[in-house]
Amino acid sequence: MNSVSTSDQYPGIEPLRPWAITRQARLKNLFRSFVFAFVAFVVTIITPLANIDGWAVAFLLINVAWVVGQTSRSGSKERRDAVLRVVFTSLAVLAFVPWMSIFVTVLLKGYRAIYPGYFFSDMRTSTPEDEFNIGGAGHAIVGSLIMVTIATLITLPLGILSGIYLTEVRGRLTFLVRFIVQSMAGVPSVVAGLFIFTTVVQPMGKYSGLAGGLALAVLMLPTVSRTAEEVLKLVPDDLRSAGYALGARQWRTAIMVVLPTVKSGLITAGILGVARVIGETAPLLLTSLNTNGFVWNPVGGTVASLPTYIFSMFMYGTEYSSSRAWTGSLVLLALVFGFFVLARRLGATAVQKVKTDSRKARKLKNRS
Amino acid sequence: MSQRIENMTQQNADTSTPTRHQFDSGAEFRGLETRGAHAWFGSHHALADVSLRFPERTVTGLIGPSGCGKSTFIRLLNRMHEFIPSAAMAGEVLLNGSDIYDPSEDPAAIRLKIGMVFQKPNPFPAMTIRENVLAGIKLAHLKRDNHDDIVEQCLTRAGLWKEVKDRLGASGGSLSGGQQQRLCIARSLAVEPQVLLMDEPCSALDPSSTLRIEETIKDLAEKITVVIVTHNMQQASRVSDFCAFFLTDGGPGYLVEADATRKIFTNPTDSRTADYVQGKFG
Repeated sequence: MNSVSTSDQYPGIEPLRPWAITRQARLKNLFRSFVFAFVAFVVTIITPLANIDGWAVAFLLINVAWVVGQTSRSGSKERRDAVLRVVFTSLAVLAFVPWMSIFVTVLLKGYRAIYPGYFFSDMRTSTPEDEFNIGGAGHAIVGSLIMVTIATLITLPLGILSGIYLTEVRGRLTFLVRFIVQSMAGVPSVVAGLFIFTTVVQPMGKYSGLAGGLALAVLMLPTVSRTAEEVLKLVPDDLRSAGYALGARQWRTAIMVVLPTVKSGLITAGILGVARVIGETAPLLLTSLNTNGFVWNPVGGTVASLPTYIFSMFMYGTEYSSSRAWTGSLVLLALVFGFFVLARRLGATAVQKVKTDSRKARKLKNRS
Repeated sequence: MSQRIENMTQQNADTSTPTRHQFDSGAEFRGLETRGAHAWFGSHHALADVSLRFPERTVTGLIGPSGCGKSTFIRLLNRMHEFIPSAAMAGEVLLNGSDIYDPSEDPAAIRLKIGMVFQKPNPFPAMTIRENVLAGIKLAHLKRDNHDDIVEQCLTRAGLWKEVKDRLGASGGSLSGGQQQRLCIARSLAVEPQVLLMDEPCSALDPSSTLRIEETIKDLAEKITVVIVTHNMQQASRVSDFCAFFLTDGGPGYLVEADATRKIFTNPTDSRTADYVQGKFG
């Protein structure tokens, strides 16, 4: 709105950003980086430094040298600032490397087996050595989703309730609950699987998706309830006081004021839990095992899941089966990513939507 | 001290010493009243022996230097004090003659009758402006069917209606600080309290927002009892009918003097009050 009136009332005045780097300077920086990268490449040829890591070291050293040279005329404070900036930037990139490495490896090795059939077929009538367009991991995807859904349905309410207990009720058992949740986080996943094996699988007499979901729930609960507690702690006490001062009881305040305020955080807690367990293999080997066909019934015997599918395909050991396993890993990563995107969408509260809507409306008004 | 209470309430002018019996027959007295109220935080004695009357449809200003127990006192008046884990109290707080600290009383019901506006504006961020105003009704399970009327009426009484009537669906957090505070006042009014406690409601606001809220307070006093804590002497003299001056000598805070505002500001009984209102200390 303001910018419109500005151009009418103050001709010749344009909004500027004198603090921003100019386009020219940015191009210059980019060009310099390319030159340095090339020099570093030359260095890897003529010196013992070799490969990508050698190149990275050379590139870093050249950058530091340039910064030191550049700041030679300014004081020691400026120089220290500039050198540290280079060091911290390279450390940030370094932290990024493992993540990129995993992602790129999975992508490069996994894309070969992606056919539509991969998502819709199972392995009943095909062997792992078949061509990629025969058979698929649809049954594993479905199995994983069913078990993660069971685990989420159990742990999300439980986790939020325990978070409410720890932050709102603050009852006598607060210490005990927090202690148990913390020590549950340390339970090895195979122990969770064994626990469900003895308490569910053996009495039922069969492996099942339900047992797998329960085992995942055991592992998911500490993550969800710890995150839920941290998120609920962020709600300012002012809001609780405001609720109480309006004559609300504690549980009404907790449900109507505190929970909606951190809705997106609680959804994130759920997603973090899902991301924690969706790749778990050990507990599923003890509870849901694996199978080659679609199983939609959570209590209907063994169920395939992506981790066990990946595991068995790698165990098979042929070129094609390994590729199928890599594709399974890629799908797993994509699922987690998809959940995060979904969580962002769901987390946007109704109020925020209204806000953006009214903003859009205002923009339209301005245009007309 | 009883003398001062009488001066303040301008009742029982003919009796020099109010007796216990007189207090008991105080069923005629409408409004809020404390008798010998003390407050502690753990072993720290924060407030000692405050007996005050807040007659119906008046504005009472609580003034005094920082740390003299004004905020503690005002939180004692609607049982918000007890949310502090180490808190303790003694004495009586009577609303229309019945003790709000009686074990049979329900604190949530008490707070419904005695509303509170806080120092920092605290609208519910996950709710729209409209939902914020109606929040108390929903939170306390009140049965109301004219929600639109309530929203308009409360926002009008809080002096905010004209500014927000076209964007009731916007977030409460999207308003400016002064507007947020008036929204909080509107929210408190929606549950129709008999008393409204305000703990430095204007301390974070600019002068024009402050003026709007002061006008709002004067309007409110035509229907309900208002108690306001303020550090601003001009504000106390502008909005209040009665003033109570609190002080501490390093120990617990206590009530020095309570009287009609004009008397406190022109001819106070206690010399310390005179010094304070003239800005000689505090």
